[in-house]
Amino acid sequence: MSRAPNQHGPLVDLGNERPQVPARARNLSPIVPRASIAGRALVAVVAIMTFLASITTGTVLLVSASAAEWQSEVASEITIQVRPTAGRDLDRDAAAVTAAMRAQPGIIEVRPFTKDESAKLLEPWLGSGLVLDDLPVPRVIVARVQPGTALDLAALRRAVTLVAPTASVDDHRAWIERMRSMTGATVFAGIGILALVIVATIISVSFATRGAMAANRPIVEVLHFVGAGDRYIANRFLRHFLRLGLEGGLIGGGIAMLAFGFSESIAGWFSGTPVGDQFAALLGTFSLRPSGYLALAAQALLIAAITAWASRRTLFATLDDID
Amino acid sequence: MVRFENVGLRYGLGPEILRDLSFQIPAHSFQFLTGPSGAGKTSLLRLLFLSLRPTRGLVNLFGHDVSLLGKDAVADLRKRIGIVLQDFRLLDHMTTYENVALPFRVMGREESSYRKEVIDLLKWVGLGERMDALPPILSGGEKQRAAIARAVISRPQLLLADEPTGNVDPTLGRRLLRLFIELNKSGTAVIIATHDITLMDQYEARRFVLHQGRLHIYE
Repeated sequence: MSRAPNQHGPLVDLGNERPQVPARARNLSPIVPRASIAGRALVAVVAIMTFLASITTGTVLLVSASAAEWQSEVASEITIQVRPTAGRDLDRDAAAVTAAMRAQPGIIEVRPFTKDESAKLLEPWLGSGLVLDDLPVPRVIVARVQPGTALDLAALRRAVTLVAPTASVDDHRAWIERMRSMTGATVFAGIGILALVIVATIISVSFATRGAMAANRPIVEVLHFVGAGDRYIANRFLRHFLRLGLEGGLIGGGIAMLAFGFSESIAGWFSGTPVGDQFAALLGTFSLRPSGYLALAAQALLIAAITAWASRRTLFATLDDID
Repeated sequence: MVRFENVGLRYGLGPEILRDLSFQIPAHSFQFLTGPSGAGKTSLLRLLFLSLRPTRGLVNLFGHDVSLLGKDAVADLRKRIGIVLQDFRLLDHMTTYENVALPFRVMGREESSYRKEVIDLLKWVGLGERMDALPPILSGGEKQRAAIARAVISRPQLLLADEPTGNVDPTLGRRLLRLFIELNKSGTAVIIATHDITLMDQYEARRFVLHQGRLHIYE
């Protein structure tokens, strides 16, 4: 026998007492009052977590972009060192190597460093006013490679050493490898921080959900009395937590995006200082690409979704305890 | 509709407070449940409402063995049961009207579809002027009437009431009993747990008497 509420007549007959029923619809109170959930603290926690996650992701994106830029610049150059040795004319060897390099296919520019330029390179170590004639300083020749060209490095080495036996060719492979591992380490550290932030968010949200459920236990019990299932009850709470998560994500992610938006100006304030210069060298112009901002927005949404998911998980576990 | 066979109940490792209960509650029936304080009336009502599971024995409700029911099935069965508890259990942030309409809301019905029914019932139980009041400012009797109205509004197949007239004057008590009788006539099985002999004397019905954990039935 199932209940069909509308198939009966009125439950009570009021006769002359029958009231005039107002036609207006009533604004029903929410089943779970918004004020009963410690929302502000949770919004603050989610906002802080989203901000930290966004700063981490943004920094990782900046480092990766800068590293990719350096790598492409470095990879498109080859440096030849011609070392002085007894019985050989260094200037002539350098000119011969320059000529040999120019003859190589795929080389678009060859630039031998002059003595003054070489002195400039050594200035940080040996001081200014250097007279290179007194020192056995090798000569440096920089060659630019046509982008996309696969150079036969062994043939190039053979050609160079044929004209200058003391010359060595460096394609910066070791440097690129170090750069790659540094970028990898930065990305790895960033992912680690992101994982910690997400775990901390889940724990905070779980505690907040448990607190809200404890505060609203009488409501949950009454809802059980009137036949509400766990899914119905959980959904009443879930919409609050999803809203709190979105609010927190929006605030944290928004502030982080603004921070990256203004970072160029901020970097400008520090330019000329040692710290500013180091950061500029490491991160370039500090400006995030549009895809970076999209990634930050997606991350804020992800954290809001994680908030809702953690809340839902805790809700069902707590509902099991209450019943 | 309800069948108990050799049902026993104990809390934790304590003594058995309900022993060897065997009875049936047919559809459309009306019964009073009485007995001294602490005899286990509320525990029996909670067993009937599925908020307690028996320690032993068989409880069959609406044709279902309750020991085999999952949470969702229990929630579905509870929609067919109305309950009035001694502590009323009204939601303080909702008006009297909203509290009484709660079962309809949980069913997902539109407010316009039940508004008239809820207002009529609130008038009947004497809360017509209090439908927009919040429970904290209602008197004990008013809360009790609101709790009764919430339990009966959706015309459950089984109504369980724990001391439903404990906080109201005799005149209103008679009026509430009439409500339960009307509900019973429209098809609901009613079980009223009460100490009030005057109330029981007003209506000829089966009496369940709990004494020292055992049930005695007087037809």
